[in-house]
This record gives sequence, C-alpha cells and structure tokens, in this order.
Amino acid sequence: MSSQSQRMNWAPWLFSAPALVVFVCMLLTPLVLIGLLSLYAFDGTKGILPTYTLANYIEIFTDGYYLEIFTRTAVMSAIVTFVCIVIGVPETVILSRMQGRWRGVFLLIVLAPLLISVIARTLGWSILLGTNGLINDVLVGLGIIDEPIRMVFTMTGVTIAMVHVMVPFMVLSVWAAIQKLDPQVEHASLSLGASRFTTFFKVILPQLLPGILSGSIIVFALSASAFATPALLGGRRLKVVATAAYDEFLSTLNWPLGASIALVLLVANIIVIVGFNRWVERRYRAVFEG
Amino acid sequence: MSFLSIKGLGKRFGNFVAVDKLDLEVERGEFVSLLGPSGCGKTTTLQMVAGFVEPTHGTISVGGRDITSLRAEKRGMGVVFQSYALFPHMTVEENIAFGLQMRGMSEQDQRTRIGETLSLVRLEGLSHRYPRELSGGQRQRVAIARALAIRPEVLLLDEPMSNLDAKLREEMHIEMRAIQRHLNITTVLVTHDQVEAMTMSDRIAVMYGGRIVQLDTPYNAYEHPASNFASTFLGKTNKLVGQTKAADGGRAGRVQVGALTLETAPHSLKGEVHVYIRPEKIRIGNPNDAGMPGRVKTKLFLGSYWMLEVETTLGLLRVSAANQDPVTVNEGDNITLSWNSRDVQVLPTSESSHV
Amino acid sequence: MHRNGPLALLFHTLFLIFILAPLAIVIVVSFTDKGYISMPTDGLSLRWFYAIFEARELMSAFWFSLKLGFAASCLAMILSIPASLAITRYRFRGREAIQAFFMSPLMIPQVVLGAAFLRFFNIAGLTGSFFWLMVTHVIVIVPYAMRMVISAATGMNREIENAGLSLGASRAKVFVRITLPLLAAGIAGGWLLSFIQSFDELTMTVFVATPGTMTLPVAMYNHIAHTIDPLVTSVNAALILGTIVLMWIMDRVVSLEKVLIGKG
Repeated sequence: MSSQSQRMNWAPWLFSAPALVVFVCMLLTPLVLIGLLSLYAFDGTKGILPTYTLANYIEIFTDGYYLEIFTRTAVMSAIVTFVCIVIGVPETVILSRMQGRWRGVFLLIVLAPLLISVIARTLGWSILLGTNGLINDVLVGLGIIDEPIRMVFTMTGVTIAMVHVMVPFMVLSVWAAIQKLDPQVEHASLSLGASRFTTFFKVILPQLLPGILSGSIIVFALSASAFATPALLGGRRLKVVATAAYDEFLSTLNWPLGASIALVLLVANIIVIVGFNRWVERRYRAVFEG
Repeated sequence: MSFLSIKGLGKRFGNFVAVDKLDLEVERGEFVSLLGPSGCGKTTTLQMVAGFVEPTHGTISVGGRDITSLRAEKRGMGVVFQSYALFPHMTVEENIAFGLQMRGMSEQDQRTRIGETLSLVRLEGLSHRYPRELSGGQRQRVAIARALAIRPEVLLLDEPMSNLDAKLREEMHIEMRAIQRHLNITTVLVTHDQVEAMTMSDRIAVMYGGRIVQLDTPYNAYEHPASNFASTFLGKTNKLVGQTKAADGGRAGRVQVGALTLETAPHSLKGEVHVYIRPEKIRIGNPNDAGMPGRVKTKLFLGSYWMLEVETTLGLLRVSAANQDPVTVNEGDNITLSWNSRDVQVLPTSESSHV
Repeated sequence: MHRNGPLALLFHTLFLIFILAPLAIVIVVSFTDKGYISMPTDGLSLRWFYAIFEARELMSAFWFSLKLGFAASCLAMILSIPASLAITRYRFRGREAIQAFFMSPLMIPQVVLGAAFLRFFNIAGLTGSFFWLMVTHVIVIVPYAMRMVISAATGMNREIENAGLSLGASRAKVFVRITLPLLAAGIAGGWLLSFIQSFDELTMTVFVATPGTMTLPVAMYNHIAHTIDPLVTSVNAALILGTIVLMWIMDRVVSLEKVLIGKG
C-alpha cells in the first residue's frame, strides 16, 4: 500500500482533505481575522473602527499598565518553571528507580491530573490556600506562624497552583529523556571508579538536560498563556496576559486592543517554543545522536 | 519455456539504483534463490514481483502473461513475509481462510482446504489459537500455510526463516524443500544465508549492487564462482594476489604469487589477478611430503571439521579438514600443504585483461 | 538501577501529597454538612450532592457538555482517522507540514483561539450555535485524537496489509477487515481522550459560550468567580471521580500509559 505512491499521489491528499478543509476554514481564517482586528482602532462610543493603525501595539508596549502585566506574567512563568525543575526532576528520577508495579502506578498518579479539569484542581487550591484554609490551619496549629498568611489573590498562591498544574509536563519530558538512557553507561561509569554521586551529576544529569530544557519550554509557554488558574486565584487585580485579553474582549469590549494582546502572546509563544526547541535540538543532537 | 520471466527489471529511488536491469527465467516448479548481502536489491526485486513496489522499467511475466502493471491483489502469488505478517486479530484458521474468502470459496470447501494445508505444514490442532499464543516456529508455519492455501502459481519467500534459531532453521530448510517439491510450486526465495540458499534451491542467483552476478546451481556457484564477490560471499576461501602473463593462460594456468609460481585452473587473463583456494581443498601432509611447507599458527575444532591457520610463504592460509579422523598436528608444528591445481581459481581484478 | 533511599522516598511522599492534596480536599469538603466551605468535621453528608440535581443551570450545562463532547469527539475521529492514515502510510511532499498544521492548536494559547473564534463568529453571525461551538472544540481536540491514531498506525506492522493484498483482498477490504480492527484500540483511546479534553475545555470556550450554549466548565467558572460554595465542590468531586472512571476505562482499552506518555 505504501510504495505504490507513484500512482497514488492523490490518495494522501484525499484522506487529509476533510481535516484540512476544517482546519483551513476554522483555524487559519479566525487567526487571520484576529490578526487584522488587532490593527483596527477602537472608539469608546463608536466601537470598532475599520481603519488600520498600530496604535494598539504601541499602547501595549508603552503603557505601564500593560508592561506590568507582561512582566508579572513572565516572572510568574519563570518561577513556575524553576520550581517545576527543582521538584519535578528529582521526582522523575526517583520514579525511574522504582521497581515494577510501583513505578507504573505512581507515574500514573503523578500524570493523571493532566486529565482532570483545571477548575477542579484550582478549586482545590483555593480551598487549601484560603485564609481559613487547611494550609493556614496547619501552619498556625504547628506554631510556625502566628497569624494566617494571605495566599489567595496573591501571586504566591497563583504560582503554587500553577506549579501543580505544570509539573506533570515536566515529569513527562524528563521521563521521556530517562527512557532513552542506556543503563550500561551508568555501569561503565561505576566500573571506571566514579562514585554514585559523581555518576549522577557527571554522567546521568547531563544526559537528561535536553529533556529538562524541552520540559522547561513547555512549562514556560503554558504558564505564560494560562488563564483559568490566574483568573480564579489571582482575582481581578492581579492580571496576567491571558486574563487581560479576556478583560478587553468581554468587559471593556475593546476588541482591537484585546486582539493585539492575544497576537503578542501568540507570537511570543511561537518564538519560545519553536525557537528554543530548534536550539536545544541543534545543540544536543551532535552530542547524543551522533 | 520458463514460467516466471523477469526481463530488464529495474528500480530507482531518486538517485539510488536499487535494482539494475535484472533478467531471470524461472522454470515451472523450480526453486530459485536470490542470495546476497543486505542492500543488494534482492528484497526490492521480490517486492516488485509481488506487486508491492512498482518497477521503474522492465517486465514480469507469469505463464506467458505480462503482469507488470497488474495490482498486487490480482496477482495471486503466495507471499511469506519476513515478519510473517499474520493477522493478529484472527485465529490460525481465520488467517488461512482469508485468502480463500477473497476467492469466494464456500465454507465447506474452505474447511477442507484449511485442513489439508494445516496437515501439509504439520500444524493440525492449532486452528483456534491466536498468533500471540504460538511459538515462532509455529507462526512461521501458519504464514507458509496461509500462502499455500490459495494454491498460488508462484510462491515468494522473503527471508522467512531469519527469525528462527539455528537448529529450527535447518529443519525448516529441509521441510520447506520437501513441501515445495511435493506441490511442484515455482518458488523464489530471498535470503542472505548461503547455506539456506544452497540447501533449498535448484539454482542460485547471487546478487550484488542490484544485479545478478551469477546464476547457477548451488554446486557450480560454489565450485566455480564467476566473480570475486561470489568467491568470497559463498563459503570461505583463501584470497591471494598474483601476476600472470598471456602465455600462462590456456589449458594449464600459471600465476606468479610473490616469488612462487602456482599452477592453477585454466584461465585466459593477463596482468594482476586474484587467486582463490578453498580451505577444504587443501590437504595436510607431513613435513617430509611434497608440497608447500608451512607452520601451524592456530588450530580450532568446530565440531564437524577442524580449521587451521597455517603460515606459509604465500601468506596465512586457512585450511579445513573434515572430522573424519582427528587432526594430530598442533600449533607450532611444521607441516606440508598440497592441493590440486584445478582447485586454484583465477579471477580478474581491475588491473587485468582478457587474452 | 539503584534503589531509592529513605530520603528519596520521603521526597516522593511529599511530592505525592502535593499532587493529590487539592483533589483530595475537593472531595473531602464536598461531604460537608454545613452551608459554607468547611471540613466535614461534624459528620459526612450528601446534602451537597443532592443539591447538584436541583441546580438546574449546572445540570443543563452538564448535559450540554456531554452532548458537545460526544459530538465533537465523533467528528474529530472522523476527520483524524483518514488524515492519520495519510500521514503514516504515505511519503508525500508536505507530509510534515500537514502534520504540524494539525498539531498546531497545541501551540496556540487557548486565549488566542478563543478570541479568534469569538471574532469569527461575530463577523459570520454564528454566535450561539451548537454546531459551530462544536467545531471549535473539534479544532482543539483533533491534535489529541490524531496523536493517538498516528501512534497506533505507526505501531502496526505494515507487512500485514501487504499480506492481505497478496491474498487477494482489495485495498478497501484490507482497510475494513485488517487495518481498522488493528487500529480499534487506538481509535477508542483517541475518542476517550478527545472527549475528556472537550468536556474540560474552559479557556477557549469562555470566549464563545453563550447563555444558550453553556458548557459545564464555563458555568462553574462563572459561579466560582462570584462565590465558592460547597455546591461547586460536590460538582467537581463528581467530575474528579467521573474522570477517574473514564481513565480506568481508557486503561482497559488502550493502556493509560500509552495515552499519557505516548508509549505503553
């Protein structure tokens, strides 16, 4: 079936056609439309004016309000990424060293939240982080603090919940890298006299680096685009890029401005994902697949 | 009149020539092997005969009919794949029945045919098992049964035994050959295993670089290889380089190897040549006998034969002796080697020319 | 492979607690008998579960999400199966580009998708339509569906299809009797995964849902944005448990590891 392609050049296109048609009409078109929308002007009373202008972009990049939002989003994403590395990598390594059944079970437990509604997860954190919530009760009860700390409606709370949402992605990525490891390499290192400690840091960890890096890219990009968790735990006053866009579209109704925020987010996302992935691949291909 | 006729068959993938103007005539009921190393084009050739790959040029005919542009599902050839390719979601019986269903056979006839085929491959009693419940050898028989059940005119085997362990493979060679003879089916086997090719075939097509470099019976291909490749690919051999003059050709050949003059089989070459002597053609004698003196460097016992490496003025020669009587010489001993000049074969290099 | 020491196991336990805590707390709190978010320290009560059935808006949003998810998953599979076969079975120019194109919704922030669809609906007058909302979900879930089918198709031994051809089956017969049955597990897993993704979809849907086309996540988001009461916890507790059941089914069909990791 596969090799008679000279006669059948039309076949793969025919089979992909339905999906292609749907995607071109329903994905490309709306994206183009929103690109155009970002170039329109907006008037408080008249609504959207179909004149082309870069005013929206200028506003985003110069107005302190938006710059603060971008910064807050970037900083949060960076912190979330960092924490995910710090707790995700060790956990994945620990999982990989488990035997048989436990390994599979715990891996599933760690990854299963990916399939559970983000609302359920964020709701759980709201309850845990509340001023009367469990965490504060425990901390006060243990005498670690005197008064409950405020965690909801702060970036701290948002960050903690984001880490919870994102860490499975990090685990996935590092797990994939671990699967590619040749266990004999570790044995070789030991046979040459390196201690287990040295072996881990000089032999194993460097090999996991590509996995850690690509996991970081995914976590950073997803955190920067996150909506539900910052919206529910950050509240009205702590806006991130996604909630700011939402505001423009559904509250202020300044669609052109919202569109430009969305476009900036999209472009930044693509640059981060595609750009860094290429860089990681190029840098590490020579070392690991050569 | 040949039954399967391949003329000028070729296949190119972009700039890569996989098969290059292949000609092959297979008689009805004949067993021909395409033998060669990986990448020589043998599998591609088979796939073209089966209809899974379209040739770039050339024709394929079966029983006089040109089938070159006929689709695979209409060719009616029995194919046994390297991975067996059994339908994992069907039982043995359903696997074998599949081809019969495609031919609209009645259920009654199907059952009869399946029963016959299963006893042919000696797998009775397993018809309700699934492939995953069978051993490798059993799966292979199912694959063969499935291909034979449709009573094909041509049987194509694509390295079907490469996944079996050595002992099982040997048994299957003999059994497969018996089945083929019994059914008198025109068969083409693709393999890189020369023992397999020699055991089963009426003729062997030695392939290299997309071409057939020699088409001969197993005995002839082995005893009189027509090319340097065939010499070294089939069996083991000692390879030497020598010089010959025009006058040394003819009915009694002579070649200068180093300081020595060797008498060889007849040849008609001049210039630089390759000289081949097979290990089993060299006899071991005592130090006082006539012949080439040498010293035993290594002695290995391989069960059915002994293998010696002997240092001589011609270089390091490999000598093998059947384990009929024990070989009493040891490493370090001096011995004499002798052979018949007709077993010394001469083949051209790029520097030689024909007289 | 070295065993994990006690320190490692401690870390692992803490990590697990971190992962499970928010889910556990939602379930625990949903059993409270009080009228506000609290631990069920005075005894377990099902009052907030009964309350679900009386929350008419949430219930109708639930059925709507179910319908939407079902329809979107079916359509996504109908589109994805032939496209996946095209991608795995044929070498053609543009193959990698097409595959990237179909996977692209994963790279596009859901906010951007939501805004884009909102604008598109607005211009084309499609707001409030079940069908067009379903299509937006299809776009978002196709990458998941396709990944599963492609994985199943790549894992399939291609010689098996050739075997079918050699035995005389037409290409169509080979597809129906050999290819589809062998892909069945991947297709079922892909459907389930797509369904879950559609059912839980929030960020994009929040832009295009209307009071007449209200999905459960959006309804809950609106609800939570105003107050957090135990009703929302019981709904989510039910959702968590429902998802676990679905994951169990998926595991039976196609091995959960394969779904989550790609290889099982």
